[in-house]
Amino acid sequence: MQAERITSVRGRALPMRGDDIDTDRIMPARFLKAVTFDGLEQHIFEDERAGSKAASHGHGIHPFDNPHYAGASVLLVNSNFGCGSSREHAPQALRRWGIRAVVGESFSEIFFGNSLMIGMPCVTATALEIRELMDRVEERPDTIIAVDLARGVCETDGYSCAVSIPAAARDAFVTGAWDTTGLLLERYGEVDAVAARLPYIKGF
Amino acid sequence: MGTTLLQKVWDLHSVRALPTGQTQLFIGLHLIHEVTTPQAFDTLRARGWTVARPDRTFATVDHIVPTSQRTRPFLDVLAEDMIASLERNCRDFGVRLAGLDDERQGIVHVIGPELGLTQPGMTIACGDSHTSTHGAFGAVAFGIGTSQVRDVLASQCLAMEPLKVRRIRVTGTLPPGVYAKDVVLTIIQRLGVAGGVGYAYEYAGEVIERMSMDERMTICNMSIEGGARVGYVNPDQTTFDYIKGRPFAPAGEAFDRACAWWRSLASDPDAVYDDDVEIRAEELTPVVTWGVNPGQSIGVAEVVPSGREPGTDPAAVRDALEYMQLQPGRPIAGLKVDVAFIGSCTNSRLSDLREAARVVKGRRVAPHVKALVVPGSASVKEAAEREGLDEIFRSAGFEWRAAGCSMCLGMNPDKLSGDQVCAASSNRNFKGRQGSPTGRTLLMSPAMVAAAAVAGQVTDVREMVN
Repeated sequence: MQAERITSVRGRALPMRGDDIDTDRIMPARFLKAVTFDGLEQHIFEDERAGSKAASHGHGIHPFDNPHYAGASVLLVNSNFGCGSSREHAPQALRRWGIRAVVGESFSEIFFGNSLMIGMPCVTATALEIRELMDRVEERPDTIIAVDLARGVCETDGYSCAVSIPAAARDAFVTGAWDTTGLLLERYGEVDAVAARLPYIKGF
Repeated sequence: MGTTLLQKVWDLHSVRALPTGQTQLFIGLHLIHEVTTPQAFDTLRARGWTVARPDRTFATVDHIVPTSQRTRPFLDVLAEDMIASLERNCRDFGVRLAGLDDERQGIVHVIGPELGLTQPGMTIACGDSHTSTHGAFGAVAFGIGTSQVRDVLASQCLAMEPLKVRRIRVTGTLPPGVYAKDVVLTIIQRLGVAGGVGYAYEYAGEVIERMSMDERMTICNMSIEGGARVGYVNPDQTTFDYIKGRPFAPAGEAFDRACAWWRSLASDPDAVYDDDVEIRAEELTPVVTWGVNPGQSIGVAEVVPSGREPGTDPAAVRDALEYMQLQPGRPIAGLKVDVAFIGSCTNSRLSDLREAARVVKGRRVAPHVKALVVPGSASVKEAAEREGLDEIFRSAGFEWRAAGCSMCLGMNPDKLSGDQVCAASSNRNFKGRQGSPTGRTLLMSPAMVAAAAVAGQVTDVREMVN
């Protein structure tokens, strides 16, 4: 099955500051008790959003509750985003909320892979560049950011920086090969040949 | 120039280079559970696909199962729906299931090894990040998401990118009272929670070589907490002795042939690594986490950091201390705990329970502490009961539960409430991880949890056993 070709993402952005944001924070485990991914977007960062609302002295409004960022399609993050649990529910919820690309300093491998599988590119830039993008968006939430996968750049009015993504993932997005099952099912004879040469498959 | 185990296993399982440049990798064993599979099976149905290799697929239930009241249907209708869905999917697609009442039921990363399903040289995948556990056997084991579970169900393959290998040698001799858990928490603290991204961790050195399989599983289990999706130990006689005689292990002459093959997969002595790290065992002490990720830990005799220490991020430390309600500079020992949890895929095996019981024996849980022991599998539970460990725990005031993930992750009735402090033998101290949005987790070894339960506060276990 040919998936959609994803060459660029353009839209407003949402800055989510902090290193090592784990998938338990993005999607608390109790919302995994469901046999579909439907409606998960309602629960993104639910516990810490409730915490921000409750704290009188707190850090102010949570970015996902800030009306200025409603409708954003680019998520800006710092380092090791999506670490911890392999729950695909985290990227599924972000995508269902409207996020189409994530720009960050670095990503956990499992989060990166899960995002690839659902057509949501995660690209990296340096800490300084991410800070610049976040500052600009916080200053002007209506800033439009364009992430161009083929050219490897992230552009906004008056600023641009290089963004990286491993070549295989980039090619999967731009050629529409990110929905891998069909690809893996092609040439199944070769899979059987590999299985046949593994001694444990036939019990040694 | 020699080759690493990772490279050998990778090459043996490579089907082809995909047009994108990823490798199509054959998966030798697919373990599945109730939480990360329903959507994958739905896609199989919608696209008219079957499970490619039901003979290489094995299911159990662990994440959502209650560990006390297990009567069906569960009181939690969502949990009942999930377990019923897995039962239906396994029936419809011909997948073997160790269900709730099966004597083989347990945490997926405990039962795979225990049943002899997990073997050296396999590629193993499971929709759970702690799949790295199986690397203890010299398997290459990946945690995957639900879309990848769909790929493995439908094709028995994954599209993967190659990994670098970092060897971590633990040399010398571990001091008494210092356990595998302390070793892996120290590794994560030193290399960072993202230090392993892009790497497989190969654990080596005489300390690892002397470890039992249970201990090696504890180490490999937490690879992902250091950012490494894969962690492994080269297979050796300890590995083979563990596997021999297990239900799915080869027997007789086949076992001898298997051992020869397994042995050939170990990293060559002249293998070249992308990075090499040494940890000296003599320097290690019992470790306790003070923060909100598994890298934020200190020795039990140390004080809570302030964020002014070199190499620390002051904002991250401040945020963690605020959540944990901890003052910088206070000793971690003496911190009052409300709950003591012994369990999880990291530390719920028989040897873990034995070490904890050794601390608990003849003592009582402090009156203000709720303490529970949750064996990793029905079989661990039975073995522990055969040697009377349940009696030691019960008479000390611990609850003795049935197998499951329990209080590690807040998906079943076992949860913290409010801002309770929990001494836990599990693997994650993330904000809200144990089911209360303000709950506070202190990770430590099972023996240290037992000590905390008895003392009612964080305590150096070395002062309680000799």
